[in-house]
Order: sequence, then C-alpha cells, then structure tokens
Amino acid sequence: MLDIIKEPWPWYIAGPLIGLTVPALLILGNKSFGISSSLRHICAACIPANVSFFKYDWKKESWNLFFVLGIFLGGMIAAHLLMIPGEITVNPNLKAELATYGITDYSNLVPTQLMNFESLLTLKGFILMVVGGFLVGFGTRYAGGCTSGHAIMGLSNLQWPSLVATICFMIGGFLMANVILPIILSL
Amino acid sequence: MLSIMKKETDIRHQDTICTNESHLQHKWYHNLKYLIVGVLFGIVFVKAEIISWFRIQEMFRLQSFHMYGVIGSAIVTGMISVWIIKKFNIKTIYGEKISIAPKTFNKGQIYGGLIFGFGWAITGACPGPLFAQIGTGAAAVVITLVSAIFGTWVYGYFRNNLPH
Repeated sequence: MLDIIKEPWPWYIAGPLIGLTVPALLILGNKSFGISSSLRHICAACIPANVSFFKYDWKKESWNLFFVLGIFLGGMIAAHLLMIPGEITVNPNLKAELATYGITDYSNLVPTQLMNFESLLTLKGFILMVVGGFLVGFGTRYAGGCTSGHAIMGLSNLQWPSLVATICFMIGGFLMANVILPIILSL
Repeated sequence: MLSIMKKETDIRHQDTICTNESHLQHKWYHNLKYLIVGVLFGIVFVKAEIISWFRIQEMFRLQSFHMYGVIGSAIVTGMISVWIIKKFNIKTIYGEKISIAPKTFNKGQIYGGLIFGFGWAITGACPGPLFAQIGTGAAAVVITLVSAIFGTWVYGYFRNNLPH
C-alpha cells in the first residue's frame, strides 16, 4: 500500500482530491477556497503601512494562514516520507529543449539549477525568482484570485468573471513559456 | 459604529474571493482543522507533481495532459460539490448556512490575469505551490514567496491608480 502512495499520483486521483477541498472548507466553516489571499493577509499583518487595502482585521481571516501553513507542512511530509528518490519523468521534447539551456537536473520538482541562492545575483536568477514572484503576487491580487480562487473555486460556483481570469492566466502562461521564457533562459 | 464595521468589511472583501463572514466566535484552535486540510492538500500537490516547475512548462507547451487533467477534474469535482451543497442546502458543521460570494467583473481579471500568467510560467508555481515547494526543502523559493508578498503589497499601494 505504501509503495502505491510513494509512486507519483495520476491526475484522476489528484484532481478530484483537490476539488474536494472546495466542499471541505465550505462545510468546515463556510470558507471559500483561495490561496493568494494569504499573501494579502500577510501584508495586512506585517506591513499595512496605512494603505487602505491592507487596513482590515486580518485576524478574521487567520484560517487562511493556517491553511497555507498546512500546505507547507504537507509539502514537507510528502517530500520526506512519501517519495521515492529519483528523477521525475518529463516529456522528452521538453527535456531536449531545456538541455539547450543547460538544465539537466531532474532530481527535484523545483529546478535547483535555476532556483538557488547563488544564481540570485545573476540576471537570469533574479528574473526567475524575484521578478517571477513579484508578477505572481501582483497579478493574483490584481485579478482577485489565483488558480485556486478563480479557476477552481470560481468556476465551481459558475462565476463567469472567474472564467475570464482563468483564460487570461492561460494566455499569459502560454505567451511567457513559449515566447519570452526561452529568451530569459538563454541569458 | 455599524457603518465603520461595514466599511471595514468592504475593504476586507475587495478583490478577494475568499472572505466569508461568520458570526460565530471561535477559539484559535478551531483553525487547526484548516491546517489539517492544508496538510492533505499539500501532500496531493507534491505527490501529483503539481508543484513541479517542469509540469507547468509541459502544460504551457501542450506536452502533457497531466495538469489539464488535474485542474479539469478538480473543477468538475468542485462544481458537483457546490451544486449538491446548494441543492440540499447543506450547512456547516456548526449549523451555519453556507454562502459563496459572487465574483463581480472588473478589468483587473484581464490585466491581473495576464500578469499572473506570466509569473506562473516563470516561477512554475501559483501561490499554493510556493508554500509546498518551500516545504519540500527548496529553500531558494522563500525569495520567490517574499517577492510575491511584496508584489501583493505594491498592488495594494497603487490600487487606486490602476485600471479596474
């Protein structure tokens, strides 16, 4: 049994489990699934700086911070107890493309050759970690949600603005991955 | 007093999909149940390689069905769940009525959506996976997370000057 758990899980197991987070949070306490809001609550708690957008009682939303702390712990548990060490399987076409940028290490889910403290001082590393992270934080809040809040929660509740947001996430992602990211990776 | 409270609630609800008002007062440890849901959720994230930068690159290059399968089946499961909750008027474990705030459209969903899409493809992570990635030991992702928090702050600071 544990061996099965240690294998990578297929989409038809993982997807429904993630979808079940929606009713779980609603039934546990009438909470709508969403993760990017946690970033806003952290701002409100740590650096409100008199900005009206952060002047609210973040403690009322502390469940969201417990939730993301759980995600962090879940990542820790899965990586240390439930994984078989080894290379992750990736489409050969992607492997060939990434090899041209010198990315050859598939031992981690995060490409450690790109995301590490040493490369932070290079232009490429700075763009991948600092600029990338900034765009995630700025964009999700501007859009009012991320993949969880819009694509999963919003679409589950048949909200058309969430469909607009989800389509824009995908357009942005396709453009970046196919047009701009290759330039960044060859820096 | 009431108007101050209303204003406070309005600010808290701005541009956010996950605020719901509860009139029940709970001790802090009631939040531990969300921590447990988060743990299970984080395990699925890692085990299904949703937090993998490589999986996100495959998705945006149409080289794998995996991520589409995950997100698609999650949405279908969520839709059926929400439909059942509404249809049978299911209450929370505290007996409260379940309500989901509707999303109102503004141009932020387009501009912000595109910007987030750029960031998603660069970092290979949306906000949830950032927390899970750090959990797996990818310490450098802390920088990405701090930068994401800063991005959120900058949005809040310039919010009134941005087209919505």
